[in-house]
Amino acid sequence: MAHDTAHAIHPPTATGLDTRKLAIWTFIGSECLFFATLISNYLVYKGHSLVGPLPHEASQCMRDGQMTTCGPIFEIPLVTAGTAVLLFSSFFVVLALDGARAGNRKQLVRWLSATVFCGLFFVGMQVYEFTHFYHEGLGYTTNLFGSSFYTLTGFHGTHVTIGVIWLATLLVLALRGKLPAEKALNLEIAALYWHFVDVVWIVIFPVVYLMR
Amino acid sequence: MDAQAATHQQHESGAAEYVKIALILFVMTALEVLAFEVSRRAGAPLHDVVRPVLNEVLIVLSAAKFALVAMFYMHLKQDSRIFSGLFIFPLIIAAVVILALLGLFSYLRLLHPVA
Repeated sequence: MAHDTAHAIHPPTATGLDTRKLAIWTFIGSECLFFATLISNYLVYKGHSLVGPLPHEASQCMRDGQMTTCGPIFEIPLVTAGTAVLLFSSFFVVLALDGARAGNRKQLVRWLSATVFCGLFFVGMQVYEFTHFYHEGLGYTTNLFGSSFYTLTGFHGTHVTIGVIWLATLLVLALRGKLPAEKALNLEIAALYWHFVDVVWIVIFPVVYLMR
Repeated sequence: MDAQAATHQQHESGAAEYVKIALILFVMTALEVLAFEVSRRAGAPLHDVVRPVLNEVLIVLSAAKFALVAMFYMHLKQDSRIFSGLFIFPLIIAAVVILALLGLFSYLRLLHPVA
């Protein structure tokens, strides 16, 4: 424990920085490039689908072997709610980190639970959205929009799911009293990942759902 | 006791700042959706003003939200500059990759237009 405290104050490294924090920032840097390629892929194919369903406009699409007219597929109010919840989860996780640093277990557990709940809500929203789109006739290989949309938002959703599992694991540790102030860095690293997932959505939401 | 009070005060001011940032982010998201709704409803007020600049408005709001989360929630504002470098340098490369691919595909479509 004393060893952990010493590390929290001044990690004995050449840079003076904790290597785990350096590692998560390096990972986040590489993830920026990963999502840049997926966003590029979406933008490059945007507006080039030959058949529907399409995001914002009515189109001709194939259903049961026949061409029919389908309406716009996006449900902006639902996704806006998901976006707001994800933004608030970033706020909740910084409050949880504040609690962890101060050794305030009650604050830590309360806000970490709220973060996990928000993450679950977002994942649920995405599962509902994907299911709804599939029933509306938008499969992964239906058109360019479907392929690029599911790839981009699917990878983001996977990242959110991993984040929820990570934070839920820390929540269990906090509930058992195994996340003391000296180990707040463990939560800080998870929180950095969570914030990154949030900033990626800050880009995806307007690019995919709102831009014309 | 004084040190304890100072730490408590620091936590309080930190929490107040986090609340302020959360509210700003929420308002910015609402503005994004509002701009989108105004641009798609022909009879809406400011429709003719917002519609031609919708993408630009969304890019500016999104970049501002991104910067707020990175600076205040990810603590880049007060953390080591090495972390900022590890984040910003790949971000610049990412922006160049997106612009380069968009430029390349636009050029290819000019060369080979779809019949």
